[in-house]
Amino acid sequence: MTLAIINGHLIDPVSGLSEPLDLLVADGLVVEIGKGLKGDETIDATGLVVCPGLVDIQVHFREPGFESKETIATGSRAAARGGVTTVVTMANTNPPIDNAGLVELVTRRARETACIKVRPAACATKAMKGEELTEMSELREAGAVAVTDDGRDIRSSSVMRRVLEYANMVGLPYLAHCQDEDLGEGGAMHEGAVSTNLGIPGIPREVEDIRIDRNIRLAELAGAHIHIQHISTGGGVEIVRQAKRRGARVTAESAPHYWSLTDEAVGVFDTNAKMFPPLRSRADIEGVIEGFRDGTLDNIATDHAPHTWTDKNIEFQVAPFGIIGLETSLALTITHLVKPGHITLEKAVELMTIGGSRVCSLGVGEIKVGGAADICLFDPNEQWTVSREDFGSKSSNSPYIGQTLTGRVRCTLCDGKVVHQLG
Amino acid sequence: MGEASRNVWTRKDLIGIAGLSRQEIELVLDTAPQFVAVSQRSSGIKKVPLLQGRLVVNWFHEPSTRTRTSFELAAKRLSADTLAIAASSSSSVKGETLHDTLANIEAMSADIIVIRHSCAGAPHLLAAGHASHIINAGDGRHEHPTQALLDAFTMRENLRQRTGNNEATLDGLRVAIIGDVEHSRVARSNIHALNKLGAQVTLCGPATLVPRDFAAMGVRVTTSLKEALEDTDVVYSLRIQLERQAKALFPSLREYIKLFRIDADSLRYAPDHAIVMHPGPINRDLELSTDVADGPRSVILQQVTNGVAVRMAVMHLLANSGAGRTA
Repeated sequence: MTLAIINGHLIDPVSGLSEPLDLLVADGLVVEIGKGLKGDETIDATGLVVCPGLVDIQVHFREPGFESKETIATGSRAAARGGVTTVVTMANTNPPIDNAGLVELVTRRARETACIKVRPAACATKAMKGEELTEMSELREAGAVAVTDDGRDIRSSSVMRRVLEYANMVGLPYLAHCQDEDLGEGGAMHEGAVSTNLGIPGIPREVEDIRIDRNIRLAELAGAHIHIQHISTGGGVEIVRQAKRRGARVTAESAPHYWSLTDEAVGVFDTNAKMFPPLRSRADIEGVIEGFRDGTLDNIATDHAPHTWTDKNIEFQVAPFGIIGLETSLALTITHLVKPGHITLEKAVELMTIGGSRVCSLGVGEIKVGGAADICLFDPNEQWTVSREDFGSKSSNSPYIGQTLTGRVRCTLCDGKVVHQLG
Repeated sequence: MGEASRNVWTRKDLIGIAGLSRQEIELVLDTAPQFVAVSQRSSGIKKVPLLQGRLVVNWFHEPSTRTRTSFELAAKRLSADTLAIAASSSSSVKGETLHDTLANIEAMSADIIVIRHSCAGAPHLLAAGHASHIINAGDGRHEHPTQALLDAFTMRENLRQRTGNNEATLDGLRVAIIGDVEHSRVARSNIHALNKLGAQVTLCGPATLVPRDFAAMGVRVTTSLKEALEDTDVVYSLRIQLERQAKALFPSLREYIKLFRIDADSLRYAPDHAIVMHPGPINRDLELSTDVADGPRSVILQQVTNGVAVRMAVMHLLANSGAGRTA
């Protein structure tokens, strides 16, 4: 049984291909790349881009512990709708993923219920308390692809140093959520004119920038690979740029909301515009875009963070941080980065596939003969208006509902199997 | 909601000054004098039947004596029934959401909900999802709209008295707001109201309590009390919240007094006609000296008196011409 994907425009950043090419898929693998290919079944990709399944290395699937917000099954459905075939799940579940048994639980639940590839990150410190190191070697053996205390930063610089040294020894990257919790104490949105006006305690850029700098410097001290998550500030991008110049082993990402919305989106207390780091200013958006343009930023990740309406429909200050993002990520990249000419479509695909794959050494994110048939088919020109019905997630905490975006995922294949297809 | 024409109130709620037009603010100010008169009736019957049979619920999540009393009195002088609900915790702590609590109150046919809450935006959250009239009696650091309205009314009354011009407006009036602006919903609502009414606002206080971002609200910011008071028509002293000192936002009360207290000495910088205001309660001899608080330039008790009238005006406008729920 073979499947031919024909008449599409293939983009594969690893091989550098960007031209009309067909794919032939058999037994979950890509078996041929060429022209005029025929299979037992056919997907006509006329007008579509055919690219590696997208890779998102920062998602929250909430299982175990917060299954009313999301599960591995529903999260993977959201991913499939967004063209994503591999995710790295964050470890701030309940209990947090801080031992090998829990890593195995997540991988087993993924095997049983997920329609895409779910690779767990594990905690760097026990119970994410920032005190004692987790058994990282065992975590890695159990299937963890990175360590992180995402959702928290590690307060003690000496603990952070040990974490980085040890993670480096076992060969895992540290995914760094950078936040000076003292400076940002009580803050619920970007500190600026909007927060001043609304009387909401602010989170200045320095809450993030100070820790981006500290964490990179500690990684340099440890000789370790550190990956800076969800950068929202122009200053943060600049810190990474300088660190790369001096040879630090640092990679970094940003998320679609940090180049498509500013703190103005909070409006009158819209909790769907509340996340950490917070939405910032126009100047920060420009800094993030420049980071993609000059290669300072390596990948795009969504920080997909589902919360129920009950969780979010409360006072802004006490509402939880986070928005969902898997279903809108590609469209926001095309709409706000590709369409205005900041980056090419090929670069966008790179940032959304091999970029993240390299950070966590996932071995996915490219289309090659003999490789897994993880494939995303999208229409780069289709305009669509985001609605709740577009979400595969259990939650719909998105600030983009009602927005018209350009670029739409039409079909997603994981290991050769169609896991999402629009009619 | 559209802009109100001069004499028509169309809003269901009063949740902030920021969203009001100048006309709407002036409508409240123009409606207030008849209610001042009610409270001063020589007959002693300080009551009108405008809200007879309606239920006004005072729902305060923060301790308050003066604002709650003022609202309660306003409701009673309009002949409404009143109910006070004390709640001390936010929804996340208490387990019941604000929406659920309000739905329960509404199930008992409440008409007007007066809410104070420690979280900015709590009244907005409720106004959008419920039929009753919501009045914001203070939300976190965000807004305290009836305070700003009673302050503007008091400023206007004093200006009219001083100039003998009964049509005088606040255009060009200079107002200096002194103290802890950052944590003050009174300051924010006053800034919005005074900006809309054409007054010029200067903010003054320690740099830790008057962040530079306030300049974006169209006001002058200074840390020099002398500079703030020179040429001002109104000296508006804010309350220093003593618990802030624990957070080391300023070094000592002693130094605060030295730099920022409104007293006979510092008031010398201000013109003779300048009036002194304070939202209460006063920390005597801390932000405001006793001689000034009790002196001839103080209009602090007028503020309190006007507060009842302005709140009567707001409730009357909401319940009797506002959109939404009718009795």
